[in-house]
Amino acid sequence: MSAGTAKLNVTVAEVKPINELVTRFKFVRTGGGDLPTFSGGAHTVVEMEDGGQTRLNPYSLMSDPADRGAYMVSVRRDDEGRGGSLFMHNNVKEGMEMVISNPVNLFSLDLRAKKHLMLAGGIGITPFIAQMHQLSHTNGLFDLHYSVRTASLGSYAEELQAQYPNRVHVYHDDQDERINLEELLDTQPLGTHIYVCGPKGMIDWVHKTAEELGWPREAVHSEEFLAPASGQPFEVKLAQSNKVIQVGEHQSLLEALEANDVDAPYLCRGGACGQCETTVIECDGKLVHYDHWLTDEQREAGKLIMPCVSRFEGKTLVLDQ
Amino acid sequence: MTIQFNDETFRDDFTFRNSPEAIKRFPFPFHEDSYMYSVNLEPHVALKRPGSPFEFAFDVDEHYVSEMADRAKVLADDPLRCQSLPHMTLAGWDLVEYIMEAKARDYPDLFELHKDGDRWRWINKPLGIDDTFTFLDESTLPYGPMEYITRQTQGDFALLDQRDDNLWMDAGMVTTQADWSLDFDIGMNFFEWHAPVPKAHEMGIFVRALKFLLNLQQGAPVRRLNWTMTVNPLLDTSPENYHKWGEMKSKLTMDNIGEKQHLRVELQTLFRLPRSNAICFPIRCYLCSFNDLVSVPKWGRRLHRVIRDLPEELAEYKGFIANRPLMIEWLSQYDDGAPTSDGIFPDE
Ligand code: FES
Repeated sequence: MSAGTAKLNVTVAEVKPINELVTRFKFVRTGGGDLPTFSGGAHTVVEMEDGGQTRLNPYSLMSDPADRGAYMVSVRRDDEGRGGSLFMHNNVKEGMEMVISNPVNLFSLDLRAKKHLMLAGGIGITPFIAQMHQLSHTNGLFDLHYSVRTASLGSYAEELQAQYPNRVHVYHDDQDERINLEELLDTQPLGTHIYVCGPKGMIDWVHKTAEELGWPREAVHSEEFLAPASGQPFEVKLAQSNKVIQVGEHQSLLEALEANDVDAPYLCRGGACGQCETTVIECDGKLVHYDHWLTDEQREAGKLIMPCVSRFEGKTLVLDQ
Repeated sequence: MTIQFNDETFRDDFTFRNSPEAIKRFPFPFHEDSYMYSVNLEPHVALKRPGSPFEFAFDVDEHYVSEMADRAKVLADDPLRCQSLPHMTLAGWDLVEYIMEAKARDYPDLFELHKDGDRWRWINKPLGIDDTFTFLDESTLPYGPMEYITRQTQGDFALLDQRDDNLWMDAGMVTTQADWSLDFDIGMNFFEWHAPVPKAHEMGIFVRALKFLLNLQQGAPVRRLNWTMTVNPLLDTSPENYHKWGEMKSKLTMDNIGEKQHLRVELQTLFRLPRSNAICFPIRCYLCSFNDLVSVPKWGRRLHRVIRDLPEELAEYKGFIANRPLMIEWLSQYDDGAPTSDGIFPDE
């Protein structure tokens, strides 16, 4: 059974530009009725029919998990990227019917925590909005430190400050405001858990600083979805389905499998969950790993690849698919 | 589809009985004439077979009221059979919501759920319960949320918290379990509760199973059937009580085996709880005496063949190796060697 099969039919109820780069989309169940509840930090995979190509992009749910009437996601336009965000910005209109996955949470709160310390960078704010909703229903203790480029690009910063006074702290890059991480971590009560979502540099910085200050690994949580990287086109042989397929420059290996009717498993499509792990039978060339899943030893061994983000350069690649 | 509930016991005088309808819907676990151990997880989708135990998310049958009375007795003797670590309260509410919505939808003549915002009214007619409470407010229920709803739902329940890329058995209601102990396993992770640590070559299976469960998706529950043998229709075969039930195994004869020996089937399901991201693992037990099983000719033939050909180590592992020769001798009377049809259901 391939994962990612539990789907929801939804209708776009609202498309709302938040600022120059970010637009918010609201989905309701097509034909009415409740959507499933979810837990803060969950994402959904949105299916897009983009000119003969199916794109599936994960977006964090930012609405109140207890609100079963609608889901909301925010999409940051990436002019450089492979087009998923551009499709959302340019083609998705109110009233359109779409298919999204059931919520999946790879960034859930550790409910044992005495306090939740949230660190957001840019569009990484969205899962925290849902988590703050969830915690405020159960009187959970949290603080959010949110780093934005400029006030006008700081999506939701003002609303959040108004909604959770004293708990939301905003830092503006253009005014040289920076999170003083060491001091912040040093002053947290015992039993605090740290959550970080944002650009890769920020995530690495938080993990490294926390480790240096002696925080246990289990108390630091992060989420980073990688957009699949573009790269040289390549050819793959599939041993099980007995096919030879081409992976295009702006296509991921997973997308190429799907375009060739191979039922490949996935959940996050961002190199984080491990669901798409595939065995490499033969490799004459170089596997280019972009995922967060495989260990260094596994990469060295060269027997596994994560098709949602990773690629290949060389002569022959044979996969157990 | 109103159900006639039995008044019966699962201890002392053992008045437990299956009606002819209950026998016909028994989840017979063997789809062919032999059995091999496998993890055999399949999607827990509703089976369009009216009356089957796979028809609904939570099956309610004629034993419901008496099973709940038995659970109350077990808990009165040993309250530690129900435990929930403090961070699992939200998962308990998840379960309340999931079960109440499912039962009210699937058995509208037996259960009703009326919501007015967070004020919920729950009517459980078979157990004579009519409670109004505030969702997510523990002080408005007589027990914690998991205990409250699992005192009204057949089957044992384990709630598994997901964190640090592992699963932790942090809450459960375990009163009908074949041979494991919640009090021993509470707070353990996936590898610890499968201890003694699996051998290296088995480790791969455990890692794959864990990975599968960590990625279990909301809206896509899975199920499997497991089985064992129990002498007398005893629900509570826990290690804590081995001294009480262990000796019953030595009292079987050709004359009483048909009545006393029961095939015990566990319908195990796994589903993601949406609000807490925990996993719920219900283990529902069905019992059927050998006498009742052989009343279905296909099952009589097949059970004989399965038990006869089962590898030694499996009979040993399932705890009936000593009684196996007796079982085979008795069952052979019901196997004329005729072929059997595929699948678990009786021939029409
Ligand atoms: S789909 Fe999650 S790692 Fe590839």
